[in-house]
Amino acid sequence: MTTQHISVTVNGEAHEADVEPRLLLVHFLRDSLGLTGTHVGCDTSNCGACTVHVDGESAKSCTMLAVQANGHEVKTIEGLADGATLHPLQQAFWDQHGLQCGFCTPGMIMQAAWLLKQNDDPSEGEIREGISGNLCRCTGYVNIVKAIQQAAGTLNASESAPVLAAATVDGQEVSAEPAAAG
Amino acid sequence: MTTETERELRTSPEIGGMGHSVKRKEDPRFIRGAGEYIDDVNLPGQLWMDIVRSPYAHATIKGIDASEALKIPGVLAVITGADLEKAGLHWMPTLAGDKQMVLPTHTVMYQSQEVAAVVATTKYIAADGVAAVFVDYEPLQVVTDPFKALLPDAPILRPDRAADKQTNHIWHWESGDAAKADAALEAAEVRISEDIYIPRIHVASIETCGCVADWDAVRGQLTLHMTSQAPHAIRTVLALVSGLPEQNIRVKTHDIGGGFGGKVPVYPGYVLAVVASLTVGKPVKWIEDRSENLQADSFARDYHIHAEMGATKDGKITGLKVKTVADHGYTDAAADPSKFPAGLFNVITGSYDFDNAFVEVDGVYTNKPPGGVAYRCSFRVTEAVHAIERMVDILAHQIGKDPAQLRMENFIQKDQFPYKTPTGWEYDSGDYGPALQKAMDMIDYDGLRKEQIEKRARGELMGIGISSFTEIVGAGPSKDFDIIGIKMFDSCEIRVHPTGKVIARIGVQSQGQGHETTFAQIIAEELGFPVQDIKIEYGDTDTAPYGLGTYASRSTPVAGAATAMASRKILDKARKLAAHLLEASEDDLDWEPGKFSVKGSPDRFKTIQEIAFAAYTNHPQGMEAGLEAVDYYDPPNLTFPFGSYICVVDIDKGTGQVHVRRFVAVDDCGNIINPMIVDGQIHGGLTMGLAPSLYEQITYDDLGNNLAGTFMDYLVPTAMETPAWEVAKTVTPSPHHPFGAKGVGESATVGAPPAIANAVVDALWHLGVRNIDIPITPQKVWAILHENGIS
Repeated sequence: MTTQHISVTVNGEAHEADVEPRLLLVHFLRDSLGLTGTHVGCDTSNCGACTVHVDGESAKSCTMLAVQANGHEVKTIEGLADGATLHPLQQAFWDQHGLQCGFCTPGMIMQAAWLLKQNDDPSEGEIREGISGNLCRCTGYVNIVKAIQQAAGTLNASESAPVLAAATVDGQEVSAEPAAAG
Repeated sequence: MTTETERELRTSPEIGGMGHSVKRKEDPRFIRGAGEYIDDVNLPGQLWMDIVRSPYAHATIKGIDASEALKIPGVLAVITGADLEKAGLHWMPTLAGDKQMVLPTHTVMYQSQEVAAVVATTKYIAADGVAAVFVDYEPLQVVTDPFKALLPDAPILRPDRAADKQTNHIWHWESGDAAKADAALEAAEVRISEDIYIPRIHVASIETCGCVADWDAVRGQLTLHMTSQAPHAIRTVLALVSGLPEQNIRVKTHDIGGGFGGKVPVYPGYVLAVVASLTVGKPVKWIEDRSENLQADSFARDYHIHAEMGATKDGKITGLKVKTVADHGYTDAAADPSKFPAGLFNVITGSYDFDNAFVEVDGVYTNKPPGGVAYRCSFRVTEAVHAIERMVDILAHQIGKDPAQLRMENFIQKDQFPYKTPTGWEYDSGDYGPALQKAMDMIDYDGLRKEQIEKRARGELMGIGISSFTEIVGAGPSKDFDIIGIKMFDSCEIRVHPTGKVIARIGVQSQGQGHETTFAQIIAEELGFPVQDIKIEYGDTDTAPYGLGTYASRSTPVAGAATAMASRKILDKARKLAAHLLEASEDDLDWEPGKFSVKGSPDRFKTIQEIAFAAYTNHPQGMEAGLEAVDYYDPPNLTFPFGSYICVVDIDKGTGQVHVRRFVAVDDCGNIINPMIVDGQIHGGLTMGLAPSLYEQITYDDLGNNLAGTFMDYLVPTAMETPAWEVAKTVTPSPHHPFGAKGVGESATVGAPPAIANAVVDALWHLGVRNIDIPITPQKVWAILHENGIS
C-alpha cells in the first residue's frame, strides 16, 4: 500500500507519520495518535461530532484527509484546556448542563470555540446558526446556547481582567457563577 | 399539587440530596474528550469487522464468492450464513419471541440486511474486503405495504414459520370491551373517525452501535464490550444462545452516546463479532456507519391507526374504538414486555374519564428491517397519545368548543385517583387541570386566541395546539412484566466504606441520563452522605447486580426505588450502630440526613460517617461487621407522569413551512431528584418530539429502497429548527414509589407531537383540514394551501 509522509502539529506537539493517502484526518487523530475525544457520528459531514480546528479554522475532520493536514496545525478537544484549568466553554457546558450523553460535546465545544473567535458577543440566533452544523440528540440545544452565552461573557471579562480564577476539581461541584459579562 | 419551588429541601447543598441541581459528576470526562465510548475501546491484537449488506429488499442468494476478498492482504476471514448454519447460529431469537437471521442462508428480507462479515487487520482493509465480496442475487417480489401484505395473493415472507402460520399476519392483540365500545359509539350524539399514520422513524443516537468481542480461549472467557441499554439481559441471552457458561461471559458497556431504545436489541453485528472473535481467537471490533445504522438497525412506530370516538353534543367523551395495523418489518424484534406485543398502547384513553374503550392491533410482516423498538418512548405510548390527543382535538373543533375547555371538562379529576381505565390500567396519581391551566397562563392562551382571530381576518395562518398527555412508565410489576421470561425488577447494591465513602452499583444503565449524579443524590437524600462521596457504577455484568436496564423511563421508578430501599436497609443497621455508640435505645434516636441524635439531647449525636467507621471498628457483639445492602425492587404498579403542552405555529402561505413560534411544556413527573437534569431531559425529549412532527421519517419506495438512509435525507433537527423551549412543572408525587418519583426521560417525546400537529390543524381547520399525518412537511401543507387557492 502506498503511503505518504506527513508532518502535523496536533495540540502543540509535532507528529511525523507515513499514512495511506485515503486515511481520513479523524482516523489519523483517533487511531494513529489515540486522541479519541474527536468522535465520528455520521458519514455525510452532517453531524459535526468530528469538529476540530485546523490552523484555527473549524473543520470536520471526517471530511479531510490526513495528508491535507500535512504542514498544518490541528487542535482537538484534548488540547483546549490549559492544563487543569478548563477552557471557559468546557466550564460553561458543565455549569449549564450543556451535555447529556457527551458524544457530540467535543465537536460542539470546538465549533463554539471557533464561533466565539469570529464573534465575541453573538446573539442567540447567531449562536444557533453557528452550531447548526453540529447535531445533538440529547439536549434540545437550549442549554448549549446558554453555555456558549456564558463562555462569551467569561472570555470577554477575562480580556479586561488578566487572571480568571477557575477552581476546578474533577467530580467536585465548583461555583457555577460565570464571570460577569463585558 | 405543589409548584416546584414549594417543595422543601431535606438536605444541605453540601449533601446534595433530592431537589438540588447538582452539577453532573460524569461531565468532567466528557467536556475534556476523555469519555470512553465503544469506538474508543481498543484491545491489543484487535481486528476489525465490516459487513456486506444487501442492495435488495427481497432476493434469493444464489451464491457468495469471497475469493477475491480473501486475496487482499490483511483480510483474514469472510463469514457467511452457510458458515453459521454449521454451528446452528444463522438464526437467533428476538426479545419478542420471534426469530431473526444473523446471516441469511437463502433469502434476504430487507435492503441493507447483513449478508456476510469480513474480518481484517484494519478497518480500511475490512471495507476493501466488503467491496470485493461478490454476491449473486435473484430479486423477489417486494412487500412494503402492510395492508398489501395481508392480501391473499401476497407472497409469504416467512415460510420458515410453522405450517399453520403461513401468513404475513404475526399476531392479534386486543384490550377493552368491544361490545360496550360499539354500543357507546352507536348511542353517541357526535361520532368522529380518523385514519392516523404514525410513521417509521429511527432514534439516530449520535453514537452508532458497535462492539469489541474478546474471546480468551485460554481462560474460556468472553468479554463483550458493547453499546447496550440492557447488558445483563444480553449476557443471559448470549449464555443461552452460545452455550458458554454465564459466569464466563462479561458484558461491559462503557460510556454510551445516546440510546433512546435503539440500543436495546441484539443486532446481527454483535453476534457476528462474537463469532469472528471465537473463529480467529483475537478481539474483533465492529462499529457501524451512520448509513448502516439508519438502514438496518431496529425502527420505531409504523402504526396505521383507525380511531373512532363518540361524545355527547356538549363534548363529553363516551367511547373510543381503535383498530391498528402495526408494520413490524420481516421479524417481530420489538422490545416490549412479553405479554404486551403492542406495548402499552392501550393507555390510549389518555387523560380522560370515560367508560367504554376497545383497542385492537394486528402485527404484520413486510420487507423492511425490524420495527417496534422505542424512540424515546415507553412501549408504544407515543402512538397512543398521538391518537387520543388528535381525536380529542378533532372533536373539539367539530363541535365548536375550545380544545382547552373540552379537555378540562373531560379530564379525570384529582379525587378519582387511583383511577381504573376501561382498558385495565390503574393510574397512580394525577391532577391534570392545574397543569393545563399553568401552561395556558404561561403562554397567554386567551391572548393568543384573540390574536388568531385577528390574523385569520387578515388571511394569516396561525394555530394553537394543546396536548394533555398521560405517560405510563416504570415497567414493571413482576406479575405482568417480563422480557424473555426475566421479570422486570431492578436493583441496587450499596457498600459504605470505613471512611464514610460509598460505592453503589445499579442494574440500570446511563446513556446520558446522568445516573452517576442522580443515583448518588438518592443515596445522599436517604443517608446524608455528601453526593461527592458517592460513586455510582453500572454497565459491567461482572460487578453490577442484575437488572433489566434503562429504557421506557424505568431507571428512576424501578432502580431508583431499589436504591432508596437499599439505603433504608443500611439506615436500619446504622440506627442499631448509633444506639450502640450513643448508649441509647433505638427508639430514643432522632434521624436527619447525615446523623442520629438522642431525643431531647441534640448535642449527643453520631454522624453517618462515624457510624460507618464503627461498622468496621466498633460494632456490637453479635452484629455482622460492615455496612452494605442490596435490593431488588419489584414495583407494585407502573407510574403515570403527565403534562400539558401548548404550541403556537405560524404557517408561511407561500412555502407551507411551519414555524414553531412558542412551545410551553408543563410536566409533572412527581418528586424531582435533580431539577437541572429533569429540565434537560424535557428539552431533549421535546426536540425528539419536534423531530418526527415536522422532519423525520424513514420511507421506502415500492422496491423497498430506504429513501432516508443517511443524515442528508433523515432530518435530525439542528439548533436552527429547534425552538427555545419554555418548561415548567407541577408536582404530584407517585403514592407507591418510595420517594414519590415517576420518571421523565420520555414524557416530552410522547407529549409534543400532538401539540404540534394540533397547532397546524388548528391553523388550517377552516379550510376543511381534520388531520395531517406527521411529519408535517412543507410539501404537505403547501399542497393543502394550493388546493384552497391560498398563496
